[in-house]
Amino acid sequence: MTVPTTAAGSIAARRTALAKVGARLLSREAGVAATLILVVVFTTLQNPNFVFSPDGYRDLLLTPSILMLVAVGQAFVIITRNVDLSVGSIVGITAYLTGRLFIDIPGIPVLAVFLAGAIVGGALGLINGALVAVARVPALVITLGTLYIYRGLNVAWVGSDRINASDLPREFRSLGTEQILSIPVLTLVAVMVLIAAAWYLRNTRGGREFYAIGSDPDAADLYGLKVNRRIITAFVMSGALSGLAGVMFAARYGTVSSQAGTGWELQAIGAAVIGGVAISGGVGTVWGAAIGAFLLLTINRALPVIGIQDFWQRAVVGALIIGAIVLDRVLAVRQARKLRELRDTNND
Amino acid sequence: MTELRTVSGPRRTMVPHGRPLWRRAVLTREGAVIGMLAVVIVVALTTVPNFDSPLTITFLLRDVAPILLIALPMTLIIITEEIDLSVASVVALSSVTVGILTRDGAPFELAMVAGVLVGAVAGTINGFLVTVVGLPSLAVTIGSLAMFRGISVGLLGTQAVTDFPEEWTSLARSNIPGTPIPSIMIAFVILAIIFGVVLHATPFGRSLYAIGLNKEAAHFSGVNVGRTKFILFVASGTVSGFAGVYFTLLYGNARGENATGMELAVIAAVLLGGVSIFGGRGALHGVIAGVLLIGTIGSALRLAGVTADIINVITGVVLVLSVVSASFLAWFHRARATARARGEKQG
Repeated sequence: MTVPTTAAGSIAARRTALAKVGARLLSREAGVAATLILVVVFTTLQNPNFVFSPDGYRDLLLTPSILMLVAVGQAFVIITRNVDLSVGSIVGITAYLTGRLFIDIPGIPVLAVFLAGAIVGGALGLINGALVAVARVPALVITLGTLYIYRGLNVAWVGSDRINASDLPREFRSLGTEQILSIPVLTLVAVMVLIAAAWYLRNTRGGREFYAIGSDPDAADLYGLKVNRRIITAFVMSGALSGLAGVMFAARYGTVSSQAGTGWELQAIGAAVIGGVAISGGVGTVWGAAIGAFLLLTINRALPVIGIQDFWQRAVVGALIIGAIVLDRVLAVRQARKLRELRDTNND
Repeated sequence: MTELRTVSGPRRTMVPHGRPLWRRAVLTREGAVIGMLAVVIVVALTTVPNFDSPLTITFLLRDVAPILLIALPMTLIIITEEIDLSVASVVALSSVTVGILTRDGAPFELAMVAGVLVGAVAGTINGFLVTVVGLPSLAVTIGSLAMFRGISVGLLGTQAVTDFPEEWTSLARSNIPGTPIPSIMIAFVILAIIFGVVLHATPFGRSLYAIGLNKEAAHFSGVNVGRTKFILFVASGTVSGFAGVYFTLLYGNARGENATGMELAVIAAVLLGGVSIFGGRGALHGVIAGVLLIGTIGSALRLAGVTADIINVITGVVLVLSVVSASFLAWFHRARATARARGEKQG
């Protein structure tokens, strides 16, 4: 690009263009949030119990919090231009592990169980990351394999057993119901994780490197970034957050079978994509992924309320994912055209 | 990415060094998979009781038939560096279409045609979004996986249609007279020959490799990249629709949850068969051996009393090992080529 140096007007024009670009980036998360609010308001008008019953309000915040953690981890991975299909299996393993720990080690502190979930999840993520980064095999293939492996091991471990609410200590189960300032405790935990992750990705050198790697892995490597280490970190994050989600799953639902978390990989990827995390890497925020998770599950809950059978949930999820990426594409094309026009007029 | 592609460079320069033709033909990725399949079959025949019964062959081939069918277009798609994750959902959509039309009294022949057509339409939607709108196929087909599955489940709910004309279900379950080989294999062999000829013996087939290796270069060489990929996605949908009709007849039921997770089995088999996920590399005979390898391992282990979840673990391990070992071999060849180049310089 040639840079016009003389005309003050063109610099101003460029600035407004930049402001517009900024506004558009901002509007993605804002747009999804606005859609979420619309869905909630519309459904509540149909049936006030959707929000205004104690259970309705709590469930609205609680259930999406668990998926939100998985989606935040997934966002890390997708931003580095990879994908983690094994998260659902990790949720399943750590959810059952939670129950087993409480049964096998009576009196184990709740905090220790949370830590164990995160560590086991992180270790499973480390296996993914190491295979992807060191063996240089695409993440789609590796995590497709570990999806099978982790779930298979889980089923072999659990068998026909299941964890019941009565197996879990009361203080742990109460986490699923307790509230601070009328916000469920688990939601608070998830939001704190979200804020930490968002701050890290936005403000630290390490966080920015994830975007650099996702935008152009080869350039990042030539520039001297430690690409492998960052990719492994992203997978460990995804695994550890899925592990936390597994523990929260046990607290929220009380019952855990060998199929816990099945299909969550698609929900998490869907949430991230709906929230503006580009599957081709380098674009998006964990805020977007988090709001995307809330939008997905809120729509799921809203459908039966407005009289659509909940069998249709997955169709809506699919349509949302496709709608979101089509929208992204349209916006990107339009933005590229605007920038080109701007450059052409400046050069005249 | 570049890691895998550079392999063919050094390997090609090694050929004039005097490796005989038969070694070049046999010592390939495809040769390795076929060899592994042979080893597994021999081991299973000698150690697993009842594996040598004709019934084993019949059930094995029947069950892998949908995967074999869908693996054909999937191979072509992955060679062009795209992917179609929605195939199993298309199977369900086709199955549910056949079920609903049959339940509502439509002629069964019409219902079957509709099932295949629904698959073609689904493939057209994928192809449109990937080639015309220009979206990444991974994202598109994750979305359509959920959407097509959701429509299937939405249409039938928890119901199942199980009442199908006897003559068609028994045809789906019949064998080629005098052999333990299911009749569906005739359809598969015809399709495999068509896909094999198209991929390996036509300019269209060569253009798929060109697209997978370098889309821009293919475009500037006169390949219509968009149209080519569009055709592949339509083919994938159509074949999945056909597989859905077969699936419905074979198991005698149409449900929204039919064939859940089959996309993973198909992709695992295609990659195991030596198709590179980065595009531009792979052959159909390797893929067919890959599907049969996974099917045979599963069938032998089931007969040996191993549970389904352990079989899934083994499938996953085989998939991961196959790609990791390919990666390792590439690294090994490169290291050897570098060492040889150094040696030549000094000498």
